[in-house]
Amino acid sequence: MSTDVASLEQSSKPVQYVSGVTVRLAGDSGDGMQLLGTQLTNTSALLGNDIATFPDFPAEIRAPRGTRAGVSGFQVQFASHEVFTPGDVVDALIAMNPAALVTNLADLRKGGLLIVNEDNFEDKDLKLANLKTSPLEEPAMENYRLVRVPMNKLTMEAVKELGLSVKEADRCKNFFAMGMVFWLYGRSMEPTLRFIRDKFSKTPDIQKANEKALLAGWAFGETTETLGASYRVEPASLTPGLYRNMMGNQALAWGLMTAAQLSGKQLFYGSYPITPASDILHELSRFKNFGVYTFQAEDEIAAVCSAIGAAYGGSMGVTTSSGPGIALKAEAMGLALMLELPMIIIDVQRGGPSTGLPTKTEQADLLQVLFGRNGESPLPVIAARSPADCFDTAIEAWRIASRLMMPVVILSDGYIANGAEPWLIPDVNQMEKIQIQHPDGSDAANFKPYRRDDMLARPWAIPGTPGLMHRVGGIEKEDVTGNISYDPENHQHMVRTREQKVANVAKMIPPATVLGPESGDLLVVSWGGTYGACMTAVKQAQEMGLSVAHLHLRHLNPFPSNLGHVLKQYRKVLIPELNMGQLRMLIRAKYLVDAIGYNKVKGKPFSVVELVEQISNVCKTA
Amino acid sequence: MSTVNLPVLKAADFASDQDVRWCPGCGDYSILAQMKKVLPELGIPPEQMVFVSGIGCSSRFPYYMNTYGVHSIHGRAPAVATGLKVTRPDLKVWVITGDGDALSIGGNHFVHLLRRNVNLNIILFNNRIYGLTKGQYSPTSPEGQVTKSTPMGAIDHPLNPMLLALGAEATFVARSIDAHVKHLAATLKRAAEHKGTAFVEVYQNCNVFNDGAWNYAADRATRDDNVIELEHGKPLIFGKERDKGIRLVGTKIEVVKLGNGISESDLLVHDEQGDLIHSFLLARMRRAEFPEPIGVFRDIQSPTFDDQMNDQIKLAKQKRGPGDLNQLFRSGDTWQVA
Ligand code: SF4
Repeated sequence: MSTDVASLEQSSKPVQYVSGVTVRLAGDSGDGMQLLGTQLTNTSALLGNDIATFPDFPAEIRAPRGTRAGVSGFQVQFASHEVFTPGDVVDALIAMNPAALVTNLADLRKGGLLIVNEDNFEDKDLKLANLKTSPLEEPAMENYRLVRVPMNKLTMEAVKELGLSVKEADRCKNFFAMGMVFWLYGRSMEPTLRFIRDKFSKTPDIQKANEKALLAGWAFGETTETLGASYRVEPASLTPGLYRNMMGNQALAWGLMTAAQLSGKQLFYGSYPITPASDILHELSRFKNFGVYTFQAEDEIAAVCSAIGAAYGGSMGVTTSSGPGIALKAEAMGLALMLELPMIIIDVQRGGPSTGLPTKTEQADLLQVLFGRNGESPLPVIAARSPADCFDTAIEAWRIASRLMMPVVILSDGYIANGAEPWLIPDVNQMEKIQIQHPDGSDAANFKPYRRDDMLARPWAIPGTPGLMHRVGGIEKEDVTGNISYDPENHQHMVRTREQKVANVAKMIPPATVLGPESGDLLVVSWGGTYGACMTAVKQAQEMGLSVAHLHLRHLNPFPSNLGHVLKQYRKVLIPELNMGQLRMLIRAKYLVDAIGYNKVKGKPFSVVELVEQISNVCKTA
Repeated sequence: MSTVNLPVLKAADFASDQDVRWCPGCGDYSILAQMKKVLPELGIPPEQMVFVSGIGCSSRFPYYMNTYGVHSIHGRAPAVATGLKVTRPDLKVWVITGDGDALSIGGNHFVHLLRRNVNLNIILFNNRIYGLTKGQYSPTSPEGQVTKSTPMGAIDHPLNPMLLALGAEATFVARSIDAHVKHLAATLKRAAEHKGTAFVEVYQNCNVFNDGAWNYAADRATRDDNVIELEHGKPLIFGKERDKGIRLVGTKIEVVKLGNGISESDLLVHDEQGDLIHSFLLARMRRAEFPEPIGVFRDIQSPTFDDQMNDQIKLAKQKRGPGDLNQLFRSGDTWQVA
């Protein structure tokens, strides 16, 4: 089959060239929208487009069929220029049922393409979506280019000869939709055909049916009168090199493995399943041949404690979770900082508080990871800004943790975790090594477990080393000797020492730099996953002639040493966050800068449009 | 095995330079002394040993050993020890815990440690009270016990650590008594020699907040009538005169007096490798109905968690070759931007 796909893919219809497209696929959570989205993303990446994605799905694995609560969506922007967000306004919406249509229509631009699965707009479907009349009959439809496709019937027809059950045949319709979308944007079907052959190799009938459905979808695009032209998006001019598509959680996993190798350490990963962090566990579990230990613990506390045990033994200990799990790990994180052992704690944030919105994104754990522990317990915190950036963040976190002998927190979020973008593949042999030394016991007589170096790091002496036997624990200890101490002066000294140790991280990180003028009306400060939206918005505002610059903070504790100076170069400071103003509170407290917040907690990322509007408003009063 | 001559170690080699801070007369001293006596017999140098503990009086133990040690947080020592042992299978790991630490706040970790069968030893100092927080009832305190937090008597049914351990199908389960030093030393040694999680409950006297809780089992005067020393392959006999025994009738056990037509051959014979149900019967023997068994209830061989985890890694390396990051990064769909 592979031989004639290319010829099949020749279109005889008119082709329109555009610089970028935002497509949203929406359907029932059982309809395979995430799969469809991933295939479209991978194929577009392979074509050389820059891409950014935003999967959005319900927390329930199979929410009631056809209901609004069960709608699962996947948005992808692919372009011939650099993109940093999955796009605000949707150019084409594929809606598999009425619920998907009504919950997503607001984001479709006027004149945008709306493809619906007509077969799923029967009375019973309308009822499930809580609708009395069909939205397809509404006058508002005139605002869009509505294309009704009887996808169920066409799919059934395409796979008829294989004699599948109705249910099995019906399941192929996402591949039909995929074929149509691929035709629409001139994407090659080859990678998806390969995927189908791999994925369904054990069920040849299903494999065949999905292939047929995909090709039928393509053929439908080519023959139907209702779809006029198809579109083409040329490759983007990215930095030359070899690329692959990368998702945030995968990038964290690969970054951890790379950090372990760069430091010559054994990676131990203790974790407990939680959305949206579990994929890191799945990913790392695949790489036992890299010597990766993955331990699915009995709970979040055991997960972090097992990593502490591994760290004491000389391994690279890592644990990950999301907000609720981090709350459970708090006491143990305090222990790790008292033991002064290096380890990494990753928080893939989701909507809170409590169980909150497990599958939605939010940035509301910043204060938790900074302050959510008893006593004076500072920890370094680094936030990843995009899916591919997670790779570098993991490596940097281990560089800091192992240099300063302390736990380091990485913040990611649901948006980054499941989002994807092209990743410029590095050469591991060219990457800077992470130097770690364990005392060997040759100078055992002078060994003190809490004697410190110029950065205040203590030695990492590991069990098995003759002469260096020592005990560590959560009780306050005397500096240098590490013996238990309740001495008032010593406690004050140790609290200060641990604080200074975190402050010393500032010596390892670059100064804050801005994008745009070095002084002016407004500085937009962002952190974490809102990077793309904030950066794009500032660029647009600059093009509008506004005096605005962008500063993205990667290091939340400690801040870069020049941050206070930079903040004071602008008349106003705007801090957009997907929380109620957590970074803003820190900036105001630390630098006495009257920063303005733009805060949204809807479980959704910022749109560029809303940020540009905010920026313009603030600039007007600057 | 290496043929290097190891220096002969003594108890003093395992003593740290820290002052021991338990209350004078506390049963913990005895356990510490027996541990230091047993360790040199194992032929493992102190630097290969790690003691991991949680929170409570017993959990101060690591500070007093001249080995590596982690005094962790309340209830979590099993988790810390698991992470350590799987990544460092070369080390000899001991977990020291108490009734509150292991059975209350750390109950979850305790059962999961046992069911995984991590190759380490866990010694539970059971004093049936919260000592470090000054005298509240614990999960092993008997019903009706009057403490600071139960002025009208405890109303919770106490937890039987042996039943819990057996419920998790622990591969080694034993019990001893702080004052019964010879028995304690022998039991600790048996635990150390077991491959897999070796669980030992030690009846420990807290002479400050729960003095005499185990007198019936610990006092020489009453011990023989209240305790039965288990010996593999031997019938269950007890009593000062060794005139009483345990007989199995149907699915129940009963105390019988020897003589009058009842001989040793009628008694239940202890089998450390017997069916789990055998160990359960022993664990159900509680005062005052029965003498309480001490010694090894169960000792079976089963694959350990740490071995299996390391074996999987070895196997994966054999099958797929040691991981190559550059190769991984370039596998699957990639594209070149010129
Ligand atoms: S309080 Fe009880 S258990 Fe704790 S040290 Fe004192 S006597 Fe021992």
